[in-house]
This record gives sequence, C-alpha cells and structure tokens, in this order.
Amino acid sequence: MMRFLLLFSRQGRLRLQKWFTPMMDREKKKIIRDMTTMVLSRQPRTCNFMQWKDLKIIYKRYASLYFCLAIESQENELLALEVIHRYVELLDKYFGNVCELDIIFNFEKAYFILDEFLMGGEIQETSKQIVNRSIDASDMLQEDDSSEWYEVQLFG
Amino acid sequence: MPAVSKGDGMRGLAVFISDIRNCKSKEAEIKRINKELANIRSKFKGDKALDGYSKKKYVCKLLFIFLLGHDIDFGHMEAVNLLSSNKYTEKQIGYLFISVLVNSNSDLIRLINNAIKNDLSSRNPVSMNLALHCIANVGSKEMAEAFAAEIPRILVAGNTVDSVKQSAALCLLRLNRTSPDLIPMGEWTARVVHLLNDQHLGVVTAAVSLITTLAQKSPDDFKTSISLAVARLSRIVTSAAIDLQDYTYYFVAAPWLSVKLLRLLQCYPPPEDAGLRSRLTECLVTILNKAQEPPKSKKVQHSNAKNAVLFEAIALIIHHDSEPTLLVRACNQLGQFLQHRETNLRYLALESMCTLASSEFSHEAVKTHIETVINALKTERDVSVRQRAVDLLYSMCDRSNAKQIVAEMLSYLENADYSIREEIVLKVAIQAEKYAVDYTWYVDTILNLIRVAGDYVSEEVWYRVIQIVINRDDVQGYAAKTVFETLQAPACHENLVKVGGYILGEFGNLIAGDSRSSPLVQFNLLHSKFHLCSVPTRALLLSAYIKFINLFPEVKPTIQEVLRSDSQLRNADVELQQRAVEYLRLSCIASTDILATVLEEMPPFPERESSILAKLKKKKGSSAKLPDIDETRRQVNGSTEHSANNGTANTSPPLLLEDLLPTSRPRPYSSSPILLSASTMGSAHSFTADMLNLTSTPAAAAAAAVGGGGGGLLVDVFSENSTSPSVDVSEDHLERFVCKNNGILYENQLLQIGLKSEYRQNLGRMYLFYGNKTSIQFLSFTSSVTNNTSQSQLIVQAKPVDPMIEGGAQVQQTLNIECVSEFTDAPELTIIFRYGGNPQHIAVKLPVMLNKFFQPTEMTSQDYFQRWKQLGAPQQEVQKIFKAKYPMDSDATKAKIIGFGVALLDGVDPNPANFVGAGVVHTKTSQVGCLLRLEPNTQAQMYRLTLRTSREPVSHTLLELLCEQF
Repeated sequence: MMRFLLLFSRQGRLRLQKWFTPMMDREKKKIIRDMTTMVLSRQPRTCNFMQWKDLKIIYKRYASLYFCLAIESQENELLALEVIHRYVELLDKYFGNVCELDIIFNFEKAYFILDEFLMGGEIQETSKQIVNRSIDASDMLQEDDSSEWYEVQLFG
Repeated sequence: MPAVSKGDGMRGLAVFISDIRNCKSKEAEIKRINKELANIRSKFKGDKALDGYSKKKYVCKLLFIFLLGHDIDFGHMEAVNLLSSNKYTEKQIGYLFISVLVNSNSDLIRLINNAIKNDLSSRNPVSMNLALHCIANVGSKEMAEAFAAEIPRILVAGNTVDSVKQSAALCLLRLNRTSPDLIPMGEWTARVVHLLNDQHLGVVTAAVSLITTLAQKSPDDFKTSISLAVARLSRIVTSAAIDLQDYTYYFVAAPWLSVKLLRLLQCYPPPEDAGLRSRLTECLVTILNKAQEPPKSKKVQHSNAKNAVLFEAIALIIHHDSEPTLLVRACNQLGQFLQHRETNLRYLALESMCTLASSEFSHEAVKTHIETVINALKTERDVSVRQRAVDLLYSMCDRSNAKQIVAEMLSYLENADYSIREEIVLKVAIQAEKYAVDYTWYVDTILNLIRVAGDYVSEEVWYRVIQIVINRDDVQGYAAKTVFETLQAPACHENLVKVGGYILGEFGNLIAGDSRSSPLVQFNLLHSKFHLCSVPTRALLLSAYIKFINLFPEVKPTIQEVLRSDSQLRNADVELQQRAVEYLRLSCIASTDILATVLEEMPPFPERESSILAKLKKKKGSSAKLPDIDETRRQVNGSTEHSANNGTANTSPPLLLEDLLPTSRPRPYSSSPILLSASTMGSAHSFTADMLNLTSTPAAAAAAAVGGGGGGLLVDVFSENSTSPSVDVSEDHLERFVCKNNGILYENQLLQIGLKSEYRQNLGRMYLFYGNKTSIQFLSFTSSVTNNTSQSQLIVQAKPVDPMIEGGAQVQQTLNIECVSEFTDAPELTIIFRYGGNPQHIAVKLPVMLNKFFQPTEMTSQDYFQRWKQLGAPQQEVQKIFKAKYPMDSDATKAKIIGFGVALLDGVDPNPANFVGAGVVHTKTSQVGCLLRLEPNTQAQMYRLTLRTSREPVSHTLLELLCEQF
C-alpha cells in the first residue's frame, strides 16, 4: 500500500500532499521536511529509491517538480515509479503539457485527478482512457454548473 | 498570470493565489493571508446568505491556505453544507475539504456521515464515488461503524456499475486496515473472490488488492482465490500485448494486475494441486523467459513495467522456496542485473538477492557473486546502493567467506557514509561473533572496529565483546594482551578504554608475569587515559582499579593514593565521588578474604541472544526483511517473543536461611558472585545494569533456544553448553565449589540452577533452586540424584519437586546428605523436562566432596607438631608441588583454606609465609584428623602442599581437591 504522495518544487515548496493513512499534523510536517531535505540532497543520476524507516521512498523529478511516493516495504518499487509516471501522464493529458503553475493554480483539479487514479493507497484504475473519460465527464458537469454561475453573477 | 483554467475557473481564487505568489516576503504572505481570512470570516458570518458558488470559492481558498501550511479553524460547517449541494462541483469541493482537513475525531463526523449516507443511496455513480472516496480518505472508526455493513453490499450487488465496484472494494480495504474487527465477514467474501473473474480489469485489480489484505488475515477463507489468480495470471502472461487494450502499459500486459496477482499468491504456500502448480510454474518460467527477450520499446517505462513483474515473480519464487531450478534461474537473472547500467536495477537486484541468500537452494548461487557485490561496495556512487550491498554481503556471509567479508566491510567502514556506519559496525560485530572459529580473530576484529569507527560502536558492541571474553577462558589471556597493546597508542577511542579497563580489571593477572606488562605498568597505562575520559568511563576505570587491588596487592598503595586524591574523593560528580570513597574504604578495612570474595572474577554471563542482534533488528524496524535464515525461522516461531524473564535470569541464590544447621565454624563470606560483582562494577550506574540485563528487547534467548541447536547465533558460540541429546555431565564447575557452598551451579539458555548448602559434622543439607529463564513453562520436570558411590559411603535423598515450572518462576528442591564413610566421586544430578515440546536433558555433578564434612580444629603450635609427628608414617603423608594458577595473594589463599573447612593456624609455622591448617573429617563410621601445610614460593610461582591424615585414601582425596584451588 502507498502511504503518502508529495509533490514539491526544487526549492522545496510543497505543491500537493496526499496522505493515505490518518496522521497528526505535526507528524505530516515532519515527514514533509524530511522528504524534501532527503530528496533534494540526492545527487543526480543516483537511483530513485531510498529506505526511510520501514518505508520505501520512490521519487522522480519531472521538470521543476519532484514526485515523492512512500510505499510499504513489500511493495514493488519499479511499479511505484510507474504510478508516478501514470499520474504525470494524466495531468499532462488534462492540462495539455502540464507545468508546475497548472498544479499551483488548479490544485483542486490535481487532487481530483489523483482521486480518480488512486484510492486508499491502492491503484484504482490503471487504464488511462477510463480515468480521462471520467475526469472529462465531471468537467462536463462543471461546465453546466459554470453556466449557472454566470447567471447568478448576472443577477446577483 | 499564465494559469490555464479548465472547467469552471474561480477567478477570485486565481487572483488570490497569484497575490500570494507575488508576495516578496514571508511577512507579506502572512499579511495577505490574514486579510483574506478576515474577509472570508466576515462573509461566513454575514447576514446575507451565501450562494453555493461563493461558499465553494471561499472553502477552496481556505483549503489553499491550509495547504500552504497555515492553520484553519473555521469553515468546516460551510464545507459540510456543500456536501448536500445538488451541484457536482460544489459537492466535490466540499468532499475535498473534508478529506484534507477533517480529523477522524471531528465532532462534525455525524453530519458528514449523514451526507455520505444520502450519496451512497442516491444510485448516482458519481455521487457514490465521491462518498466512497471520502470514507476512504478519512477512514475513521466512526465511519467504519456507520458503513461497514453497507459497503460490502454495494460491492457485490449485481446492478452496481464497475467504477463504483472498484471504489467500494478499495474503500472496504481501507476500512479493513483501520478497523478490521468492524467489517463483518459473511457471504459477500465468497462473491468477492469471484470478482477475480470479472471482465473489467479495473474491477479485478481493485478486487485483488482487497482479497490480498483479507487473505493475509484469514488465509483459509480465501483459499479458492489461488486457482482463480493463477488462471488470471496465466491468461495475462500468455496474451498478446494488444489483447488487453488500454490495460497494456508500454507494451507490457497489465503490469499492475500481474504484480497484484503475484502478491496475492505470496499469501499462500505453493499450490498443492499438481496441475495448478505446473500452470503457475509455467507462468513464472514465461516471465523469466520474457526478461531475456529484446525490449519492445526503448522507453524506460517499458523496462520498468516489465521488470516490475519480473521482480515480483522472483519474490514469489523465493517465497515458495521449493523449486531449485527456478531459484537458480532467478539468481542468475539478478546476477545480470547486478552489472546493469541502470542504477535502479542494480539496487533492486542487491535487495532481492538478500532474500534469495536465505534460501538453502540458492545460497551457494548467491555466493558466487561475492566479488561483484564487494566491487559495488567500492565503486557505487549512490549511498543507497552501497547500503544494499552491505545488506547483501551480510546475508550471504557464512563460515566459508566470513573472514573475507568482515575484512571488506571493515575496510569499507573507514570511508563509509556516516549515515550507515553504525549499522555496518553492528553487522561486522555480529558476523565476527557468529562465524568466529578462533576467538582471537573475534577479539582482533572488534578492537579494529573500535579503532576504525569508535564513535559508531554502540554500547551493545563493547558489552558483547566483554561478555564473550568473560565466558570463554581460552581467549582471556589473548584479550588481555591485545587490549594492553592496543592501549599503547597515544590516542585511542574511549570505547577502547572501556573495554581495556574492564578486561584488564578482570584478567590483567594473566599477563602480569611479563615485566613489560607488570601490574604497575598496566595500572599506569589505564590511569594515563583516565583524565581524558567521560564520567561513565572513569567510573568503570575506578572499578577496574579496585579489582587491581585484589589482583595485585603490590599496587594497592599506589591505587589508594590515587583514590585518596582530591580529584577523586572530592569529585564534583557524585557517582565518581561515591565510588572513590567506597573503594578506598573497602580497600582499607576489608580483610583480604572479604576483598577476594567481593572482587571475585565475574562469573560467566548467562547465554542469551546477542544484544547486538536485537539492536540491529530494532534499527531495521519490525517489518524489514530479515536476511538471515535462522532469523527468519525464528520469526516464524514468533510466539516466543518474551524471553528470559529478567528477574529470574539474574536470580541470586537465596539468602542464607538463618535457622539452617547453625554452625559455629568460620566460613568465608560468600554470596552470589553476580550480585557482588554487580554492585562493585556498577552500583548505581546504568551501564552495569545493562551489562547484566542485556536483553532489553527480548526477541530472545528463548527464541534462540527454540531453534535448539539449529545453528543459531548463540548455539554456535556456546555450543559446548547447548542442550544436546547426548548429555555430557557438566563437572568443570566442581572446582569452584570446593571452597564455597553457595552460587550458581549451572546455567544455560533455559534453566538456571542455584545452589545453597550447609554441613555439620557428617550431615549436610543442600537447597537447589531451579529458575525457568524463559516465558514458557517447563513440563514433566523431574530431577533426581544418582550416586556413583555405594550407599555405604554416601547417602543422598532428594525430595520430590513440582513437575511444572512456570515461565519466569523458580522452584526449590531439598537434598539431605549423609556421609557414611570416605568417598571420592561426587553424586550426579539428572534433570529432565519438556520445553516447547522438546525434551531437555541436563546432567550436573553436585559439589558434594569429602572436605565438606570437615570440622575445623584449633590447636596450639605444640599440639600441632606433636600430632604431625604422630602421623609420620610414609603412607599417611601426601605431598604435591604445583604451579600457581591464580595470583599468589596471601589473603586469598587464607580465605580458600578456611573455605576448605579446616582451621587456619597462625604462628605455628616458623616461616610466616607458610600456611598451616587442621581439621577433622566426620563420617558416620569414623573421624579422620587432618593436618595440612602449604608453602608458597613466590619467586618460582609454585606451591608445595603437604597433608597428613590417619587414613591414606582420605589424604589423597583431600590433596587432589585442594591443590586445584591455588
């Protein structure tokens, strides 16, 4: 099972945090600090895996963003790397050539996409088509909502 | 502001985010946030009811502020309101806020549960999915209670759409992890297994995750999943990549599902059904074969996905550990990866080989890669990879390559990353102990370890070397010599001073014969380090000094001088001051025989699991894979987690019973050597408590004993003491009991036997205390005494003893002894019991010797010489000249002669250096007078012992008993 996923910039600014087990805020803050320092201090061209306490840390950098995924010790590292990649692909498909700013300004969308893909620390749907289809479908629902919203604005 | 906005943009939110980004300082950011928070608060409190959109926007802003790392203490109610909105987008933001911000113990949980309940029953898949996600994200106990019955129903209902099935399966999995007791098992479980046949691969994937978790808890309930999983796997493995359409990932067929199926199969042993088994083997072979095919794509995603499946297949092969050919193929495959240019693969190959090394089928195959692994240790740029190489070297280590591996690890240690030094130190220490054939190598290795990486040598490591040296007398002289030489270095690590102080304090006498390491030289060497050391080390050195006073009376004045100095007696540290004061007084007022008893050599430590191993396990975390075969086996026997009840492990023989056979004759002050040594070597200080009580994490001696000669760590080290089927009668302890009556008679990992005895004239009574050191009861416990000598010589009656000894408990047995006539052979104690189903058989000689029946006789010089002359016949005198085994200390000698049972007569012998004693041996049939004379020759380190008695056999027996004592 996956324990948490963190996205942070090269400067260590956190862009997205997803916790798959309940945790105290203090604990979360400490983990975030540990992960950013650990991952950012890694030399280039080293391997993508690290041992941290009883967890495996899988990280990969895409452009200016680091994706850092913690999995339990019996989980498969290589596939965890591909979980990250698949998520990047999904973001890419949605935003069209995704960049860090997309995730900053549309953070709620990044969370929604993640929720379509992962759930409770397990992979929910591995088919890119199906995930994309359901994201598009919910966007359609949102489009409807927005038209309503313009009306509200007009009359409010 | 380049942000693209898809779907509905919330302009206010985008503006706010960009304001924050434009803040030049942290202060400015906080100011902007506070302004926004004030704004939102006023909106929420305002009279005007907010419309859904505004509510959504403000909740979203709060969420953003929270994710920036600021506390949010309001807005929860507005978010809960959004949940019941009939607009999808508002509901979605509401759920997101709840998922991120609501603690599982929030008091809003009932309102949230209500909204979830409505959505679950809405039959709208989109709302149901949002609700299920929320349950999975929060996952609190209250939610589990509320929905534990509902979710399985949704999962197996015929009309549930696929995406909801997936969410329901994973939601259930999540709740099962937090509150397994709340999920009712029932008829739905059988139907869940059949989801493995579902047409929709997404449903199958989610279902396998759920089944795996459930099967780990109750494997029997999900056995039927094995055949379905194998069938499914077989179909995927043999399918052409495009068959699976979108579930093909970079030309690899359903890698996630394959890996999950292989994981599920790891919950079970190899299938019993031959057909099923061969089908599975076929799958595994196909996966191994595919690894040799040329890649279908140059993309790293392709090779990652393909190798992910391969590694999982290897994990299953290792788990089954039953097909030698597959294991060897797996090992070869990993061997290829060891030299792969992808760092990730080298890392994983090293990791995977660690577990492979513990299989007996592939251990040898793994060992062939030793050079590659050593090379990795030297050349890998990445510390995580080097760490794996260390792990692998550790698990491939055995007797054949231990010296090479330990040497490599020691040399790597000199330049190793600081982050992994401590672990390497522990590993080297464990290997050195485990595979030591000759213990000089062990001592050298540990001292080297301290030299190279002293700062990383934890207490456990140096405790352990001391334990081993104390328990093995064949290495004590070497250890003393080596620490002495190592301490010559002008700068040595404090840990070395500790080891040196302890060992010289105990065994410095073994090298004192050489003038280059005479007592004074030893003392000066230790004392030259004193002022550079920390308080605990100084405390230990002070204890070593008082031990020196006992070992070497000639340095007593020098040491007293040191103890008397202001820097000791008035030391600011209360522990040091106390020790200096107490030791000084002890050395001044205690008679030498008391000193000799109090400062007696440390008794052997009870054998138990190496504390180092316990530490390493702790460091690794409980879930870490343990590389060692024995360890994994022990893990299987995990029920014996609690071990040697510390209380009993250290049980001292009970206090003297005052009412027991009151005797008037002097006896050496004698009590538990463990207790006394403990109080002298450590008293209030924690480190000695630890020394004696090492299994703080008691994964334990008991566990080691369960392995019973299975090649466990301690069994290797202390094999001569392990309980083996062919029982050797333990009698080397007899010597220790010639001059004393109480102490630890016998001890192994399971059992400790304490002894206390009293004699008067020809009668004796002995109390034996059987202490169960484990947490498990001993059954069918019997202990009987076999008397090798005839009843006409010695009668020993043993009272029956309780057949069961609870874990940690102690029972007592009383023996009545009567000496009828003189005898030579000691009776033998036989103990039989069952421990964890294994029969145990222990035989120990009881220290009942002729001299126990001595009564001392005081007499004047004149009487003595008169009697001496009367016993002048040649056959009445026996004499022996022998070399001193112990330091020739006159006080210790006096104590021993008194302990032997005769009266020590002062002023009889014209030469004051000689010792003279007299006593009468009482047997039922006769009384035999005995005179003895011991003449030490300190120059030659020799003694001459002369005995005269009225009966020749008595003379011989007593001579043999006594001459071993000096």
